[in-house]
Amino acid sequence: MARFLDSDLWWDFKHSPLVMTSAAITALMFLVALFAPQVAPYDPFDMASIDLLDALRPPAWAEGGSVAYLFGTDDQGRDVFSTILYGSRISLLVGFLSVIMAMLIGVLVGLIAGYKGGWLDAVLMRIADIQLSFPAILVALLIDGVVRGILPRGAHEELAVLVLIVAIGLSFWVQFARTVRGSTLVERTKEYVLAAQVTGLPDTLIVFRHILPNVMGPVLVIATIQLALAIIIEATLSFLGVGVPPTSPSLGTLIRIGNDYLFSGEWWITVFPGLALIVLVLAVNFLGDWLRDALNPKLR
Amino acid sequence: MFFFIARRLLQAVGVMLAVGLIAFALFQFVGDPVNNMTGQDTSLAEREALKEELGLNDSVFVQFGRFIGNAARGNFGHSYRQRRPVDELIWERFSATIELSAVSALLALLIGIPMGVYTALKRHSWLSRAFMTLSLIGVSLPTFLIGIFLILIFGVTLNWLPTFGRGEVVDVGGWTTGLLTLSGIKSLILPAVTLAVFQMTFIVRLVRAEMLEVLRADYIKFAHARGLAARAVNFGHALKNTLVPVITVIGLQIGSIVAFAIITESVFQWPGMGLLFIHAIHEVDIPVMAAYLMLIGLLFVIINLVVDILYYAIDPRLRLS
Repeated sequence: MARFLDSDLWWDFKHSPLVMTSAAITALMFLVALFAPQVAPYDPFDMASIDLLDALRPPAWAEGGSVAYLFGTDDQGRDVFSTILYGSRISLLVGFLSVIMAMLIGVLVGLIAGYKGGWLDAVLMRIADIQLSFPAILVALLIDGVVRGILPRGAHEELAVLVLIVAIGLSFWVQFARTVRGSTLVERTKEYVLAAQVTGLPDTLIVFRHILPNVMGPVLVIATIQLALAIIIEATLSFLGVGVPPTSPSLGTLIRIGNDYLFSGEWWITVFPGLALIVLVLAVNFLGDWLRDALNPKLR
Repeated sequence: MFFFIARRLLQAVGVMLAVGLIAFALFQFVGDPVNNMTGQDTSLAEREALKEELGLNDSVFVQFGRFIGNAARGNFGHSYRQRRPVDELIWERFSATIELSAVSALLALLIGIPMGVYTALKRHSWLSRAFMTLSLIGVSLPTFLIGIFLILIFGVTLNWLPTFGRGEVVDVGGWTTGLLTLSGIKSLILPAVTLAVFQMTFIVRLVRAEMLEVLRADYIKFAHARGLAARAVNFGHALKNTLVPVITVIGLQIGSIVAFAIITESVFQWPGMGLLFIHAIHEVDIPVMAAYLMLIGLLFVIINLVVDILYYAIDPRLRLS
């Protein structure tokens, strides 16, 4: 801990108000999402607490609004503030799990390609190149669409979150794989690896115990930046109606629901989840940008 | 040269076959095409006849070969929901997507390049900082939210511009265009701006980075030392050398414009191919999904092939190996 407080990273962090604000906002949103059931004033999915008479109420400060519903209510009388808290929970869950999945695949592929080399490396990197020429959001949409096509209709709602995680995860592995392969190529020729090989350690042990810790630095930076992207892609797919179903909405689904009421003047159902999404993505993005620059001594 | 192009072509064919395999697999896994094309009152004999006619009794390999052969000729069969040939459906919407993409690409270039040049030349002015902050926000904003906020401001609150559809279109020799009517142009503004924002922020950052790189080069310092006017150095030398990498990268971005058009079309109910694809996913309309998949695959393969060959033509170092 003392070492951390003394590090350049911490010094850099303390002297950038933008980064500190971003970190505070990110932490706050994580906590609030994690403890949504405790923090939210209402449980929007508890039928007993919803009253249709409260439907489409404007925010508290507007005319006709009530202090009981800070950001107003939606078409079913659900408190918009509470649905945002529960919604960011699902957005963050999908974001985290898909990035972790991409990281696992990418790091594994990168290690194998970098350490083994040869035709396996050529084939894996060729696949990575081809996938990289398509935008990630398109790959995720296509995988999501294909999986939805294959699954029976009734299973769509139950498996939607899982399908999304797999689709986004599979569209993100390439960045990890390329970076890890690059670092592995460098590490492979270093003396400690040679020493491990000479003592007769099995390849798997060398790769996971000795090389892996040395290639993880950049991986964490990519993961932060990808997290913001994953949240955007999840929201976009949910907005398009091929993501999380309305029964347990994410931020994207909430925006989709509210979009139908935009023209009748009930703007708050869309705008507040939209703002929550923007704040979350911006905060994570700033944090990722900073982390990338701070960990890269070349940029100082 | 010949071998290079031949290898790239072979690779392109390989990618298309892989995409074709995915599209073909969709048909195999999802439901029974006969069920999808007939009603409840179709007799068993008729079903058998249809099955034979569709070639469903052949082996999987023969079917795959036939699927690829048909796809190469643009024949993807009939849509399950709309009961019309898929190629017809796509062609109808082709012009809408192309017009939207082209206009927004133009918009992004015309605004993005000058902004990028400005922020590189006047690095420390407050306007440059404002541009850079805006571009960071632009990169972080999801496309659909930009669209929704534009609709809220210019469509709902101010009521200046239409927010859905294409307006009135004119048929010019089989190509429908909205660029010749006032309502068509008005309808195009919001979707085109929405689609352009992301590309624009991307171009600003790219042009700025490349330009800064070039401005540091020795030949620029030498040009200044020769006493050339700053204007001539900046635009005659620096900008010209910046544009080569910028053009190739922007070429690669064409594909992403078409991809992001899916989102923009959904927000504005723009009757293009992307909207068709989203509806197809909702309705599990496999022939349409397969056709769109192949079309997007083809587009990306062609773009990459062209860029690869261009690189080869521009950069003589690649010819050595």
